[in-house]
Amino acid sequence: MAATMVSGTEQYNFEIVKKFSIMAVVWGLVGMSVGVYIASELAWPIMNMDIPYITFGRLRPVHTSAVIFGFGGSALFATSYYIVQRTCQARLISDGMAIFTFWGWQAAIALGGISYMLGYTQSREYAEMEWPIDILIEVVWVTYLALFVGTVMRRKQPHIYVANWFFLSFILATALLHTFNNLAVPISLFSMKSYSLFSGTQDAMTQWWYGHNAVGFFLTAAFLGMMYYFVPKQAGRPIFSYRLSIVHFWALSFLYMWVGAHHLHWTALPDWTSTLAATFSIMLLLPSWGGMINGIMTLSGAWDKLRTDPIMRFLIVALSFYGMSTFEGPLMALKDVNALSHYTDWTVGHVHSGALGWVAMVSFGSLYHMIPKLWNTKIWSQKLIEIHFWFATIGVLLYITAMWISGITQGLMWRAFDQFGNLQYSFVESVAAMHPFYAMRAIGGMFFVTGMSMMFINVMMTIRQGKREAAKLHAASHGKMADMASA
Amino acid sequence: MFNFKHEWVETNIGLLLVLTMLAISIGGLVEIAPLFFIKDTVEKVDGVRPYTPLELRGRDIFQREGCYLCHSQMIRPFRDEALRYGHYSLAAESQYDHPFQWGSKRTGPDLARVGKKYSNEWHVAHLVSPRSMVPQSVMPNYPWLLSTELDISDITDRMKALRLVGVPYSLNQDEYDANVKKFGKETADMLNIADARKNLIAQAQQGNYDGDRSSISEMDALVAYLQVLGTMVDFRKYDDDEFVKYR
Repeated sequence: MAATMVSGTEQYNFEIVKKFSIMAVVWGLVGMSVGVYIASELAWPIMNMDIPYITFGRLRPVHTSAVIFGFGGSALFATSYYIVQRTCQARLISDGMAIFTFWGWQAAIALGGISYMLGYTQSREYAEMEWPIDILIEVVWVTYLALFVGTVMRRKQPHIYVANWFFLSFILATALLHTFNNLAVPISLFSMKSYSLFSGTQDAMTQWWYGHNAVGFFLTAAFLGMMYYFVPKQAGRPIFSYRLSIVHFWALSFLYMWVGAHHLHWTALPDWTSTLAATFSIMLLLPSWGGMINGIMTLSGAWDKLRTDPIMRFLIVALSFYGMSTFEGPLMALKDVNALSHYTDWTVGHVHSGALGWVAMVSFGSLYHMIPKLWNTKIWSQKLIEIHFWFATIGVLLYITAMWISGITQGLMWRAFDQFGNLQYSFVESVAAMHPFYAMRAIGGMFFVTGMSMMFINVMMTIRQGKREAAKLHAASHGKMADMASA
Repeated sequence: MFNFKHEWVETNIGLLLVLTMLAISIGGLVEIAPLFFIKDTVEKVDGVRPYTPLELRGRDIFQREGCYLCHSQMIRPFRDEALRYGHYSLAAESQYDHPFQWGSKRTGPDLARVGKKYSNEWHVAHLVSPRSMVPQSVMPNYPWLLSTELDISDITDRMKALRLVGVPYSLNQDEYDANVKKFGKETADMLNIADARKNLIAQAQQGNYDGDRSSISEMDALVAYLQVLGTMVDFRKYDDDEFVKYR
């Protein structure tokens, strides 16, 4: 009896999943709070306070790194380690490698954040970390790949579950992107500063090939992997269409890599490249919606869960935002739309409808599902999840509405002519017109962070509750054994 | 008849790895690799030269402060942008930019041709306190640029690293001679790594960008950089449709 109980808890390495889950929540709180702060700096510039370390320019990468790689990355490590073990019915091949990915990854995010505040940056969006941190990430990532593939090879049944295809695609693509986008020559072995290998047009293309695929693989393919496990689990129903998952997996993996140049429409990048990117961006709508439909339709026959189950609501609303922003993306990749939207807040709004609406919400749903299971207990407060859901939803809606209005206003003001054919507005008039929307965006962010704090409390209380119950159980079983021994 | 079953891929991690790698490699290869080989990608144009040591340090500071997050350096070929900023940006104009600074967002205006449009005094006052010049601005104040002495201790290391990635800073007589031929003697002297420190100090003294000749501040470097942006190509020398053929 005792022997089977021990093997039951030791069958999988859940310690590593727990660690990454906690850090996902912590980085989420940190990164989103920094986001609210820099949003407020744009509305009320006095908040820069003449302190170099906290100006918008230095804090912005702290925000993006903490939410994408800290929150998103930790959530992905946690869920991928959980899913690969459960779907393969195999323990991670090495505890040492797993713990190395944990400390390596956390160190990279923390060092990155500190170095940006000190002024060390490659000035490549979403890849600002300087070369020593890039090397650390490279090593962590190769370890992750080996650990993941090794564990899949240990699987107990012949088939590799669909979620794992997406994780694999994400790990491979991220390795490829990270390597080529960070090629640089340091000014000396003892300096953080480096200069990128490529220049001008080629450098811009490499960066946006990376930039958009960070979205495509890190923030999409991987989170689809998460979706393919937790949506069916939470709904208690099988995936809607197996065939659809095959088709949209391959289409998504293939098409995404072509679309980065739509960030460079009308620039000095040759037309053939950006036209090609626009074309593939339109095509990308199909596999994106394939994934959304597959997720949402998984719920068919169990729609009532949307009313009763806030976790399910997080997951399904996430998929709806995914569908919305993957429709908006191809629209913005059209050259004529892009002529208006590029350089404006519309882009920022688009990113956040994906990042907050899709990535964060699907992570919230998945973590709320997984965390009680990891600590072998129930969620501390179901009610608080409910309230979190509404704060998050209101936050996203405020945010993206503000950015739509301000973005389109900016675009239209910049290209407005008066009756004599002169520019109608000076640039700074467009800046002044943004103020109410920047304030509104900051308030939207505050709603989202408030929800995130509720999650933090709920998770911490759940863990405490789980530990207490485990201690009680432990004491009881010891007591029983003592009784048996004395009898 | 070869009868492909997706099941083969689903049950074979090696096959899954190889096919996924193939699927994700093609797009980048097709779109990026040719940019290094198609000659028309970067226009042939006179005047574009690498940055002087002082401008280079200014560019480093521009990067350090994250200016690119709110200011693009890429003018698009539209009528409104031509009126507001000037001639659309050429690929040639950022050919020595490691990394590029095209940006993706205009919370503030584009800076690709900001050079020589404002006086040094305006830039200094604006950087120290943007709202003193432009009341509605949301830009942070950068007072420390004026009070921080410019670090020039590793200027030769910086230029050597850039030389390694292809910027024609000269380390020997042959490279210097090639620069004289390409850019003229005056510029070639500025690009000589051995004279970097001397050149940097001379330019700062002569330009007096921050209005204080007694020391070289980070402000000197940043303003020197801003004042050269977009000024290298003399567009009066070219026909209106000269650069269209490269697009």
